[in-house]
Amino acid sequence: MISEKKALTRHADVPGMDVIDHYIKDGGYQGLEKALKRVPQDIVEEVKKSFLRGRGGAGFPTGLKWSFLPKEKTKPFYLVCNADEGEPGTFKDRIIMENDPFLLIEGMTITGYAIRADLGFIYIRGEFKWIAEKLEKAIEQAKKKNLLGKNILNSNYCFDIKVMRGAGAYICGEETALLESIEGKRGEPRTKPPFPANVGLYGCPTIVNNVETLACIPFILQHDAETFKLMGSFQAAGTKLYGISGHVNKPGVYEYPMGTNLKDLIQYAAGGVKNSKKLKAVIPGGLSATILKADEIDVNMDFDSCLKKDTMLGSGGIIVMDEDTSIPEVAMTTINFFTHESCGQCAPCREGLAKIQQILKNLLAGNGTANDLKTIDELANIINGSTLCPLGEAGALAVNAMIQKFRPEFESLVN
Amino acid sequence: MMQIEVNNKKIQAEPGEMILTALKRAGIHVPTLCYLEKLPPAGRCRICVVEVEGRKDLVTACSTPVQENMKIKTHSPRVLNTRKKILELLLSNHPDDCLYCVRNGQCDLRQLADEMYIRTRDLPRNVKKGEIDTSSLSIVREPSKCILCGRCVRVCAEIQTVNAIEIMQRGSLAYVGIEDDKGMGESWCINCGQCVVVCPTGALAEKSHVEMVKDALGDPKKYVVVQHAPSISVTLAEEFGFPVGTDVDCLMVAAFRAMGFDRVFDTSFSADLTIMEEGSELVHRLLHGGKLPMMTSCSPGWVKFVEQFYPELTENVSTCKSPQQMMGAIIKSFFSERENIKPEDIFSVSIMPCTAKKFEANRPEMGRNGVSDVDAVLTTRELAELIRLYGIDFKSLKPEEADDPFGQRTTAGKIFGASGGVMEAALRSGYFLVTGKELEDLSIEPVRGLEGIREAKIKVNDLELHVAVTSGLGNARKLMDQVRAGRKDLHFIEIMTCPGGCIAGGGQPRNADFEKFKARAQSLYTIDKNEEIRVSHKNPSIIRLYDEFLGKPLGEKSHKLLHTHYKKRELYN
Ligand SMILES: Cc1cc2nc3c(=O)[nH]c(=O)nc-3n(C[C@H](O)[C@H](O)[C@H](O)COP(=O)(O)O)c2cc1C
Ligand code: SF4
Ligand code: SF4
Ligand code: SF4
Ligand code: SF4
Repeated sequence: MISEKKALTRHADVPGMDVIDHYIKDGGYQGLEKALKRVPQDIVEEVKKSFLRGRGGAGFPTGLKWSFLPKEKTKPFYLVCNADEGEPGTFKDRIIMENDPFLLIEGMTITGYAIRADLGFIYIRGEFKWIAEKLEKAIEQAKKKNLLGKNILNSNYCFDIKVMRGAGAYICGEETALLESIEGKRGEPRTKPPFPANVGLYGCPTIVNNVETLACIPFILQHDAETFKLMGSFQAAGTKLYGISGHVNKPGVYEYPMGTNLKDLIQYAAGGVKNSKKLKAVIPGGLSATILKADEIDVNMDFDSCLKKDTMLGSGGIIVMDEDTSIPEVAMTTINFFTHESCGQCAPCREGLAKIQQILKNLLAGNGTANDLKTIDELANIINGSTLCPLGEAGALAVNAMIQKFRPEFESLVN
Repeated sequence: MMQIEVNNKKIQAEPGEMILTALKRAGIHVPTLCYLEKLPPAGRCRICVVEVEGRKDLVTACSTPVQENMKIKTHSPRVLNTRKKILELLLSNHPDDCLYCVRNGQCDLRQLADEMYIRTRDLPRNVKKGEIDTSSLSIVREPSKCILCGRCVRVCAEIQTVNAIEIMQRGSLAYVGIEDDKGMGESWCINCGQCVVVCPTGALAEKSHVEMVKDALGDPKKYVVVQHAPSISVTLAEEFGFPVGTDVDCLMVAAFRAMGFDRVFDTSFSADLTIMEEGSELVHRLLHGGKLPMMTSCSPGWVKFVEQFYPELTENVSTCKSPQQMMGAIIKSFFSERENIKPEDIFSVSIMPCTAKKFEANRPEMGRNGVSDVDAVLTTRELAELIRLYGIDFKSLKPEEADDPFGQRTTAGKIFGASGGVMEAALRSGYFLVTGKELEDLSIEPVRGLEGIREAKIKVNDLELHVAVTSGLGNARKLMDQVRAGRKDLHFIEIMTCPGGCIAGGGQPRNADFEKFKARAQSLYTIDKNEEIRVSHKNPSIIRLYDEFLGKPLGEKSHKLLHTHYKKRELYN
């Protein structure tokens, strides 16, 4: 049996969290108050000690990322909250923003203080218009309470947050494409180096963090690094929002310790496979993650454990598929998504994904040849490790894993 | 300096530089398709991937900085396989049209296919579609041949700051296009052709006038006259395997005659003429309170640029026609009268380093009574095509001289071909016009150079003349913004559209790098150093032309034939 841990969803049972007084009454803004009594560097150290790792997908240690900012401040620093949440199977950030907008705003305000930022941006997925409006209202409330704006809580610290809506491209969730998009340019990832911490938004040092990452910050400051760490499991710190969808009885977003076993999450959190069907496969961390067969799901859902099983925690979006699912069709949907969402900048992704799509489409239409699976495998192998950003290889590898793990299903399509 | 290890051999590298730069210096070839010298790396084509020890992913040599003791493999099995497959992907969408392609024989993509040893079509094909865009007077686009390397877009945006073309859509639907899917001819493209020079495929090319010229040469009723711009003689060489910068002036003249041109004139002559008119105009503006700073007008891309983006500054642009159009006007007036050939029977061809000259020749004001002054404009590249078409063995030609009366030039006209040349020539003659004396040192070094914005002050009697020179429209934009913001100290500005001037024009031989530009320019300055007559006002043919026909600079005839006017252009029409 597993039990929920509430760090990020701790206000979930109290209604009306979009009214600042309710939020404060339920313990909100204690983290900020405590933070402002410390020097910024101290907060960076606290976050390092908490072992918080980025919840946007790559799991980069958050405190470490913050410490990459230049020591000298010769230009404005920016904090960007990545709320683009476009990975299929992922719907956890919206839960935070919809139910507890001040948690994010407080997290950003503390982070802005810690990294000496002058301005914060929330880059939110274009479709989330109503959430953007909600956030804007929350920002106004915070300003009225002097919890945002000039001289916050008489600490001399000034910080403001602007909400910007995306225009519907998944690639704009990639942090450098996101920065391009804020600057009003085409959403295309930049070459790295330089990294955003040195050359980010408008050429200024910038930290990009995911919504969930930033939402962890108030808890860490309200309590301490150790308490946050202990919310996690033996091998990983803190809690995680797992979004479970697909063929389960209770799809939804659940908060559990980081590193909770995938099998248990499906069974206990989501109530098991729907209609008592047999499990066929699970994609554990958003569509980019490598698919797992039913007998491979004894995985602890944290960054390192997933890597060890050749898949990834990613965004923690768990997609469950029952025995009736056709994997070739899942593969087709997957490649359609990535081909459609490729920014088209680099050749292996733009042409490679489209080629895999072309071959798969043919195969599913019954016009495939025996060589097709080999060609896809070869293409996936060269796309892997040659693209400018991870999108291209994620798409190719995700589809190729489906083929390799469920090969007979694909082979049966060849006449 | 630091050390890195490439293919098990140690080489030197500068801290901070990209792997590709270090490899180039060491003579290790790694292919590229999107790399552009002088611009930040784009990392788009991924053809330059190399393997770095300790890294899981391949890295692009163009955009990855070197690190002390980095161990690199440039041709490992994984690297070769990746490069080849990426190229196969591009080719699987490409029309196999080589036999009919403008780039047949000189195509980067085709050459790379050979280098990567591609011999079979293994991937299923899905050939790109896209209508050929012939709406521009200068440039033809063939989107089906585009491999989306992005070079054209970056040159247009980052070097020229024109932003006429952009990448539309995304993913495999992406294409290079123009806002609202208009044709290039309806866009605010200024026709410079810089995109054409950098395109690795046949997706972009100049609008060819080769057939027109061939037809004229074959038409017994046409009297075909050719003029060649100052820079052509030092760049054509590259098309025929001579060392970069070789001056092939007299061989080129011989080639024209062998192809059947009736008269061969030198645009450097009309460059001298331009100096007489433009120098006089500057003096006139200075003495009579005319609009200052005056700006040169010989580069048609720049002229359209001002008309579109700085319409309030069009009056600052000299009213002088460009050397091409001055020559054209003289041929179809003075020459036509003197030789008793009707203007409409003369077919006037010009050889230019430039695609914008095609647009310029077509401007409605560039002719009289429905007869245009220049009938066809060939780029240096097209001239080479024409020479090949006539089966001329360029290397075995015997040198010949250009024809009278407009074959005689000074070296002042010749250095028009490099950025700063017009300024230098104008200062030499302007100084004389005002003081009656020659400059002590005719070489004006501060205005020479291919990059940046250069300024100089020259004392002319009591006046300290303050001049600025630049090339590339991004640089021009910086200068224009200063002028627009009220900068008052400048008297005269030279602007060339292409970065480096005509020797780096959009019609010049491809695959040139900065070193080649320098060699081309140097060749012009060597000619200038070695010859006798180095000032336009001493060109005997120019003196005669004024005596016999034009009268005096800025006179009535000049006004009619050699000067023009500009219009404000709406951007969104
Ligand atoms: C194609 C692509 C899409 C991405 N989409 C998102 C996204 O929607 N939200 C997000 O937080 N991170 C996304 N990322 C990851 C970001 O680039 C970045 O790593 C993250 O925002 C950093 O925040 P963190 O350190 O807090 O995890 C995406 C990455 C890629 C390559
Ligand atoms: S991998 Fe795909 S999405 Fe990423 S930069 Fe390249 S083309 Fe764009
Ligand atoms: S662009 Fe090059 S590869 Fe393509 S058809 Fe033309 S010559 Fe052939
Ligand atoms: S010709 Fe010049 S202005 Fe026109 S698209 Fe090409 S680079 Fe841009
Ligand atoms: S038109 Fe030429 S330069 Fe432009 S993207 Fe296509 S291939 Fe590259």
